[in-house]
Amino acid sequence: MRRSLLQFVRTTANSARDLAPIAIVIALFQIFVLQQPIPDVAEIIVGSVFVVVGLTFFIYGLEMGLFPIGESMAFAFARKGNVMWLLIFAFALGFGTTVAEPALIAVSKKAARIAAEGGVIEATNLAIKQYANGLKFTVAFSVGLAAVIGVLRIIKGWPIQWIIIGGYVIVVSMTAFAPEEIIGIAYDSGGVTTSTITVPLMTALGIGLASSIKGRNPMIDGFGLIALASLTPMIFVMAYGMTY
Amino acid sequence: MEGIIDELVRFAITFMHTIKDVLPIAVIIFGFQIFVIRKNIPNLKRVLIGFFYVVLGLALFLQGLEDALFPIGRMMAAQLTDLDFIKHSAESLQQGVAIHWTQYYWVYIFAFTIGFSTTIAEPSLLAVAIKANEVSGGSIGIWGLRIAVALGVAVGIALGSWRIVTGLPLHYFIITGYIIVVIQTIYSPKMIIPLAYDSGGVTTSTVTVPIVTALGIGLASRVPGRSELIDGFGLIAFASLFPIISVLAYAQLSHWYSRRNRNVD
Repeated sequence: MRRSLLQFVRTTANSARDLAPIAIVIALFQIFVLQQPIPDVAEIIVGSVFVVVGLTFFIYGLEMGLFPIGESMAFAFARKGNVMWLLIFAFALGFGTTVAEPALIAVSKKAARIAAEGGVIEATNLAIKQYANGLKFTVAFSVGLAAVIGVLRIIKGWPIQWIIIGGYVIVVSMTAFAPEEIIGIAYDSGGVTTSTITVPLMTALGIGLASSIKGRNPMIDGFGLIALASLTPMIFVMAYGMTY
Repeated sequence: MEGIIDELVRFAITFMHTIKDVLPIAVIIFGFQIFVIRKNIPNLKRVLIGFFYVVLGLALFLQGLEDALFPIGRMMAAQLTDLDFIKHSAESLQQGVAIHWTQYYWVYIFAFTIGFSTTIAEPSLLAVAIKANEVSGGSIGIWGLRIAVALGVAVGIALGSWRIVTGLPLHYFIITGYIIVVIQTIYSPKMIIPLAYDSGGVTTSTVTVPIVTALGIGLASRVPGRSELIDGFGLIAFASLFPIISVLAYAQLSHWYSRRNRNVD
């Protein structure tokens, strides 16, 4: 009991240290550059305590829940040897975690507004909503597809660099043809799809698979799922902008 | 007293939102576990407690960010990009003269430092760093990776702010970045490549995105000649591309360093 309490204190101290740089940057800018007092100091202190405790619990939960379940499922699928189910699982995980992602919902709404202002779609609420929803599902589908490609890659042992560089070539050539307004959104959509819960799960799944399949190296084959999940949305969002 | 109740109510709402976000993932995982794998989850109780901790931790984390960090981050982004501030710091500047991009130096410095510090606090990067450290048998340090990624984000966001100020097309930068990544890939140790590619995607989640977005929108809406809707985008793309370059560079440097040390011995 005493040991686990000590560990908890240590993890909390680590979290506090992780957040210290932000506090320092904000304080220095506020005092020396903007030369303004920091407003609501009490609220900021309470909020910071929340952030530190929250980060501590998150890291605990990660090691207790997310990492083990991701890996144990990867082991179970590998032992079962049923590739089809594994791919369906990968797709469901990619699609399911992305479609509910708040950052994605915000970005698709903004993209719909740009399309309406640019005259691509009618400036009615219905048209905007349809456009935003279509975009959201397109991105979610592309992340699902990325997970499928990524898992296949681990099983087959394909080198990740060929897939990613091939993806870059597609992104660059599509940039030449995509409408200019969509390019910024498309490039950003790659980064916003991978949330705080998706990343640990996908990483654990990839590493679990790579360590349970013979001849695969977890370092070389286990990583790469996140990279794919941030690449395919760019391609699909540009395609969406081109076809709409 | 009223403040505490208010705080609790808001926390309950954040908590429910987090549950809603985690629910689809939980349904998929436990659905497949029960119907496809059909085996008991090892240490089920522990895993469930872990899930609860993740949801609780994330909810506290988000609530804290929303209370403490985001308002002040957004306010600072707005103040630093404000034309009055820019002109004040460029004292000699006269009315009506276009602002030279160098006058925005505080913006670039802020972009660099806030990009670095928010990335250090990013939970998903920490998760990947823990795994990478474990899988590599300790040869990839948790702090080494985090600092390499944070430097990449810092440079990326500073450069991205400069792009918004100058109005240069986004895709020139991204395509150049891709070419650098491809060249680095050819010369990098094989082991690091997948991890480096992954580090592009992990940097931009909970902490970094809201503050960086505020900075991008602040700049795009205040710099004369920029459109908030078109130029406001692109910072996230910078923040997800440059860590790939910096992690590959970190690997090359440490590879080179260890080889040199071996030669000296």
